[in-house]
Amino acid sequence: MKVILNAEQIESKLRDLAEVIASVTPPEDDLAIIGVRSRGEILAQRLAAALSEQLGKPVPCGTLDITLYRDDLNSPHGTGQPLVRTTEIGFDIDDKTIILVDDVLHTGRSTRAALDALIDLGRPKAIRLAVLVERAGREFPIQADYAGYKADVGPGQKVQVNLIESDGKNEVVVE
Amino acid sequence: MNRILNIVERHTHHKSGGRHGTGMAIMRKGKQFRWQRKDLIGLRDLTAEEIIHILDTARGFEQISTRSVKKAPPLRGKVVVNLFFEDSTRTRNSFALAASRLSADVIEFTKKSSAVSKGETLLDTARNLEAMGIDIVVIRHSAAGAPMFLARSIKACVVNAGDGSCEHPTQALLDVYTIRQMKGSLEGLKIAIVGDIAHSRVARSDMWAMTKLGAEVTFVGPPTLMPGNLDQLPVNVSYSLDEVIDKVDVVNMLRIQFERLGGNPFPSIREYSRYFGLTVERMRRAKSDIVVMHPGPINRGLEMESEVADGSNSVILQQVTNGLAVRMAVLFLVNQAAAEVST
Repeated sequence: MKVILNAEQIESKLRDLAEVIASVTPPEDDLAIIGVRSRGEILAQRLAAALSEQLGKPVPCGTLDITLYRDDLNSPHGTGQPLVRTTEIGFDIDDKTIILVDDVLHTGRSTRAALDALIDLGRPKAIRLAVLVERAGREFPIQADYAGYKADVGPGQKVQVNLIESDGKNEVVVE
Repeated sequence: MNRILNIVERHTHHKSGGRHGTGMAIMRKGKQFRWQRKDLIGLRDLTAEEIIHILDTARGFEQISTRSVKKAPPLRGKVVVNLFFEDSTRTRNSFALAASRLSADVIEFTKKSSAVSKGETLLDTARNLEAMGIDIVVIRHSAAGAPMFLARSIKACVVNAGDGSCEHPTQALLDVYTIRQMKGSLEGLKIAIVGDIAHSRVARSDMWAMTKLGAEVTFVGPPTLMPGNLDQLPVNVSYSLDEVIDKVDVVNMLRIQFERLGGNPFPSIREYSRYFGLTVERMRRAKSDIVVMHPGPINRGLEMESEVADGSNSVILQQVTNGLAVRMAVLFLVNQAAAEVST
């Protein structure tokens, strides 16, 4: 197990992400942040706070549960029984520029599920993908618009994002 | 041996599973509950943990009904049969809507329009449906035990939508779901179930669900409408609504089922209503935050005065809304369990 980002580095990557998003998003765009449960939810809240500060106005933040949209629910290769949790988005996503937040972009499958889940909630102006860690191994034609860190890991390795709210500490490790 | 190989294979898959691997890690850390029943026959056999799991899962389905696209894909390509040998509008529609909101195809089957009227047995009917490749059977039958019999005979998932006066598990699940919404938890609550207990499968399923979740249940009604085995059930009994109305947190008023009542269980409707009806006058003596429930359809003025049914303590329509979320959760869970068995 190797630590690739410590607590300080995670914070600085999130600040960088907020800065880039703030600088490239046209001012007329109506920004909103939506995190994919469960790590993405926490990262989305942190990113929304940083972005609100950058832009000097509150940026709404919500949580998306993608369980019902997973492509392995009825598959023999499923990874065990997923827990259905709630989607909590307290604003209308129509015509907004949505920053979809997840911890790791790997196969692209959960992003595909998240896109389908989002589209069932309305018609945003655009959806952009922001991840803390990007790694090789894509199975779908999906790429991140904003990535905090590119991890150079092999197919057998696993990137684990630990966050204080869910895991007791902030760090990204490779197993 | 096969089983071990399977576990090893799954385990390796987690490791290379990227995002999904991360998901599993959370589950292994927390106390991950695993739903294993491909059928939902009754609540008597369920543990409190299993009941809570259904209720928690249902929370995630609640919002599907409130958004513009009222559909999600988890049962896409699955077929659900509504196999109703007894009349029902509410429960049948609720199951049909729940199944279609999960993207399943739904076949409606009623006794009148089927070969049952030509003498086909339950098992033959079910086997014929199964031969068409159905995945889930939702069954209502006048004979207690019919769903269990069916579950043992066919491979498809079986969900009980009411069997005789035995159980009506999804009604009880939506009842406890609604109570949880109103009161947070059932632990320590006092609940009265009032009316025709003897003929009520709702009363029985409610009793199992509510007592397993820590509530104290009292059956209230005339002695003629009480079941014969009261001493074996985990409930209190009262023959007077006036005695209990000021003490309970929840009151569930059952419908007088004229179609099931033989003989003369009570002298007159007016007399029943006087002793066991939920009137405005009785509501004045109840706790101000009492939750008033009814499984529907209401005989207005008999079990309950209209002012009470439409009053601020009534959650009757909320029960109907919650029924959808709960039934979606049940269909989702039995299908998940079946998917795991087949792998």
